Order: sequence, then structure tokens, then C-alpha cells
Amino acid sequence: MLNTKDILETITMIQEENLDIRTITMGISLLDCADSDIHASCRKIYEKITRCAKNLVSVGCEIEREYGIPIINKRISVTPISLLCGVSGGDPVEYAKVLDKASKAVGVNFIGGFSALVQKGFAAGDRELIESIPEALAVTDQVCSSVNIGSTKAGINMDAVAMMGRAVKKAAELTADRDCIGAAKLVVFCNAVEDNPFMAGAFHGVGEPDCVIHVGVSGPGVVRAALAKAGDIPLNEVADLIKRTAFKITRMGQLVGAEASRRLGVPFGIVDLSLAPTPAIGDSVAHILEEIGLEQCGAPGTTAALAMLNDAVKKGGVMASSTVGGLSGAFIPVTEDAGMIDAARAGTLSIEKLEAMTAVCSVGLDMIVIPGDTSAETIAAIIADEAAIGMVNQKTTAARLIPAIGKKLGEELSFGGLLGSGPVMKVGSMSPARMIGRGGHIPAPMHSLKN
Amino acid sequence: MRAIITVVGRDMVGILAKVAGECAKVNANVIEVNQSVLQDMFAMIMLIDISALSCKLGDFGETMDAVGSEMGLKIHVMHEDLFNSMHRV
Repeated sequence: MLNTKDILETITMIQEENLDIRTITMGISLLDCADSDIHASCRKIYEKITRCAKNLVSVGCEIEREYGIPIINKRISVTPISLLCGVSGGDPVEYAKVLDKASKAVGVNFIGGFSALVQKGFAAGDRELIESIPEALAVTDQVCSSVNIGSTKAGINMDAVAMMGRAVKKAAELTADRDCIGAAKLVVFCNAVEDNPFMAGAFHGVGEPDCVIHVGVSGPGVVRAALAKAGDIPLNEVADLIKRTAFKITRMGQLVGAEASRRLGVPFGIVDLSLAPTPAIGDSVAHILEEIGLEQCGAPGTTAALAMLNDAVKKGGVMASSTVGGLSGAFIPVTEDAGMIDAARAGTLSIEKLEAMTAVCSVGLDMIVIPGDTSAETIAAIIADEAAIGMVNQKTTAARLIPAIGKKLGEELSFGGLLGSGPVMKVGSMSPARMIGRGGHIPAPMHSLKN
Repeated sequence: MRAIITVVGRDMVGILAKVAGECAKVNANVIEVNQSVLQDMFAMIMLIDISALSCKLGDFGETMDAVGSEMGLKIHVMHEDLFNSMHRV
């Protein structure tokens, strides 16, 4: 029989330390739905999504009950819609509406893929899609949007960066009566990955199979609890302990993913080895950093602690899964992490410190509330800074900034649920307008030439 | 196929009988029981065979959860695979 200690450890992880499967995401290719008539295209999309994902939620709930492990979200990612726009023309908002309708019909809580990939330039459908994003996010509830504006191979498309600065601001303005939620569903990427199961940045890449199941695990609370029990051990032992914990968490993700794939008759894609926080107490990445020995997240030492955490999570997880992918690393979304919210409120955590942290962890400036009067050029420049970190370091970076329309420093936005709440953070006051106004392209760095 | 039942709570008369009775109702064979009482806290881990279970494992889990609430105990039923995958390489 299994060791009693091991059994109790698993139960404690799930019951008290918020261990869960964060998301089962079904990736669905919509390439075969493209039609020169937008209405025909939308009809095919609805039919395909409701057919492929018909049992996604019920199978998720079934596994949840049998294994006794909570699966928080069931979601769908689809082919970047700009590709379909390019074929059909017409108003891209029509696509957003049909995605929203299909996702509600199958019972998932988010659908990602209202996206465009423009790192090197705009193809047919790309500009139209980007310009329609604010309206699309305002008139739908569950649609998430992402745009890839740069990559290590292609450099940064600064025309797209300028457009995204305006899109982020307008998305917030159109949803100002709902705490600017539009901007919380919009991510701007550099080096976007094609198999990401996490929202709002999930889309189904063109290199992916027709239909596939990805899993995103979670468990910051488990890592923090393990460190708390270990006491004052040297950092190499801390790293080792995180590795061992990440291994267990990932094995669970692998099991659930393989089981979901078997029951749905859909190939298993990847496990995303991420530590994804929620606003719940005891489910915070910031608290892990504090457990490592920082008075508060954002203190000097934060970047080093996070670098070690991020690396150890990957090392532990990679052996536990047959296929690792997605974003894989520690997330630092400010409004979704109780410890980050506290640090931001206290002024310990600044956007500049967060920017440094994004150089060593998964993704980027995530869920950061900025003053409502921040100019579109300043937002674009923050996006460009973040993209430059990704481009040079050959990693994914992203910006999900939420201009709090009508609010100033010290005030707060509250989205509720997993998106959480957070204070308006200070943004530098000097203007980057002339640089952003130049447009053009930042060339790819020297080390992109690897062949 | 096997599952693990864990019971934690204040010790009282009839816990084992009640849990074993519920197992018998759904045709689950009890393979092994490991229990301890520390002061007045009761902790039991039971390994059951669910190959011939007469209902869905998820439904049995819900029944046991309700039984636990009635008796003021925490009862969890979980598929054995979860523990094997987490604790065995």
C-alpha cells in the first residue's frame, strides 16, 4: 500500500494549500472553417467548436470528481482569427460574437484566439482585426484577445506596438463602466507560444494538430508550504525542495491531461509547468518569494529569488511530463496575486521592478492597473520595453495593462473572480511620443542568426 | 482499479463500520485499512477495489462526502492513480 505520509501530503496539498489543475484548454483549429463569405465562416466556426468541445466540461467535471482534484477552468483556444478575416473580409467583431456564443453553448469560461501575429508586418485581415479588438472585447464576455508584435527572429513591429497602445486604451474606455475589463482580456506578446493553455493569451497555432488538449497546473501554495516547513536551509536546498514539489504538481497535471485526452478522444498536447497564482489567500507567488526571505515582494533580492524559483519549477516539472510546453514558468500577475496586491498597495512593488522580474520569469507585465490618463504612446512604449526584453532574451514576454479610466494613483479596480483587484500603479511621466511616432521596425538582434 | 478513502475527524463509535458499510453497498471490496487514533483525533486510510463498483466513483465520492458531513468527519475518496503518479517515479 502507499505510504500514509504520502497520501496525507496529497490531501493536505489539495485541501489546505490550494493545489489544483488551473485549466484544461482544448485547442481547436479553425483553418477548415475559412470561407470567403463571413456568415458561412461564422456558421462553420460555431458548428466546429460546439462539436469538438461538446463534452469538454462534462469530462473535466467527471475527472475532478473521480480523482478528487479540482479543475478550476475549462477553456478553448482557436486559430488566430486574423487568418479567417484575411479570407472573408468583413467586420471581425462578427467573429468575436460567434466565438462568445459558441463558448457559452459548451459551458467553458473563456475562449482565446481573437488574435493576430504581426511581428514582421501586416497581412490581409491583421489591421482590421487589431482595430476591432476594443469593440470585440466590449460586446462579448468570454472572448480573449492577443497580438504578437515581436519575436527574437523578426524584431519588433513598432507600427503594431503603436496600434496596440491605442487598442489597450480604447478597450479600457469602452468598458469603463465595468472596471475597464476589456483591457484585462487583451495581451500583447513578444515570442508568443502556439500551445499556451492560459488566458488571456491562449491561441491555437497553425503548427498545431486539428484538435488537442493542453493542461496548465498551479500550486504556489504548495511550494510556499513546503518552504515554510523546511526552515532556514541554504538556497541550493531551497531550489531542490521547489524542484521536488514542482515534480509532484506536474505529475498530477500529466495524469489529468492524459486522462482527459483519452476520454475525449483528442490527442494530448502539453503540460504547462506554471505557478499560477489566484487572489485567494495562500495561493500567491509573492508569498513564496517572501517565504524565501524577503520582507515583502519587490524588495531588493526579488529578481534573484524569482529567477531561482522559475528555474527550479522547470527543472522539477520537466521530468514529470512527457511533453512540456506553453509558457512554463512562474506568473506574476499583480491583480491576481494577494501578495503582489499588498506589495503594490504598500508601494514596495513598482512597474520598474516588475519589468526587471519579467526578464527572469514566465511572461511579463501582467494585470497591471495604470492611471486612466496614461497616453496611448506611453502604453505603447511600455509594451515596447517589455517586448525588447523578450526579443533579446529569447523568451516570451507580454504586457497586459489596464488603464483605469477616470481613476488616479491610489484608487483601485476590482474585476472579481480569478482576475482579482489592484491599485493604480505609478507610470513614469516623461513622454516617449516622438519615438513611438517614428513607427517602423526594430531589427532582430544579432543572436537571432543562429543557423 | 483501486481507490483510497481517507477519514479524518474526532473519534467516535462506529466510524469504521459506517464507512465499510457504505463500501459494501456499492460493491467496493476493502483491501487494506490503516488507522490511528491520536488523543481523540481519528485518522483512517482505506484502500478499496473499485473494479466491480456498482456506481460511478464520482457519485460514491459525493455519498461519502455527505456521510462525512453527517458524522462531523472529513471523508475523501480519490482514485489511486493520483497518488501513484505523484509519489512514484
